[in-house]
Amino acid sequence: MTVHNLYIFDRNGSCLFYNEWNRKKQAGISKDEEFKLMYGMLFSIRSFVSKMSPLDMKEGFLSFQTSKYRLHYYETPSGLRFVMNTDLSVPNARDTLQHIYSNLYVEYIVKNPVCVLGQSLDSELFSSRLDSYIRSLPYYSPRAA
Amino acid sequence: MVIFSVYVVNKAGGLIYQYDNYVPRAEAEKTFSYPLDLVLKHHDEKVVVSFGQRDGIRGIKFIVLADPRQSGIDALLRKIYEIYSDFALKNPFYSLEMPIRCELFDQNLKGALEIAEKAGNFGAGS
Repeated sequence: MTVHNLYIFDRNGSCLFYNEWNRKKQAGISKDEEFKLMYGMLFSIRSFVSKMSPLDMKEGFLSFQTSKYRLHYYETPSGLRFVMNTDLSVPNARDTLQHIYSNLYVEYIVKNPVCVLGQSLDSELFSSRLDSYIRSLPYYSPRAA
Repeated sequence: MVIFSVYVVNKAGGLIYQYDNYVPRAEAEKTFSYPLDLVLKHHDEKVVVSFGQRDGIRGIKFIVLADPRQSGIDALLRKIYEIYSDFALKNPFYSLEMPIRCELFDQNLKGALEIAEKAGNFGAGS
């Protein structure tokens, strides 16, 4: 049971934050390209999901899974996007991502007069709090299954 | 109703089969809760003929749209692949990558969907 990594994108597509905890395999492309790929993929999937939906959607795209990992997605009303990859044992990380937004991002970034919103997050306090929060999650273990 | 649609997409990205099963709701107001989001899975197939002759890589994709509470979708996808290979591939009049117009494929597909809906459906909305 583990968390692999976490991305935070703003509404324009720039990656504000990225951290990995348990990533076994790199993408083979540079980090910038990877962020663009991730954002573009999410944009396309959200558009696809809303077009294909046979009923009205409340939340829209929540997550997808492959045979090896699950990607969880959470978007705030302000357009901030949280993306977390975990292994398959985590069915729903929406609450986690919501907690990261309201208790960590809002507290340590938005309320920080030094942090400019829209630039990449370089608050030491935010990173360390986030790290300890992820490690405290019941489904996180340092040795990935 | 709980399995909404089935699509089959060929390697080039063209849609070669589509089956829709939405029940159009006559009532305008929705007072019950409906699924938050749809479980969308796709199944990418690669088939290699075993006696040494390569069949080429065929990227056929099967897409099923269903209620999130529906279980057994993996088994359903495999079943659809089986039905595809039985009725489309073994049909001498069907050519690969072309739209699937085989009656037996339709019939068997609907049968498999009914079985899956009855077997796998836990408490979906009306």
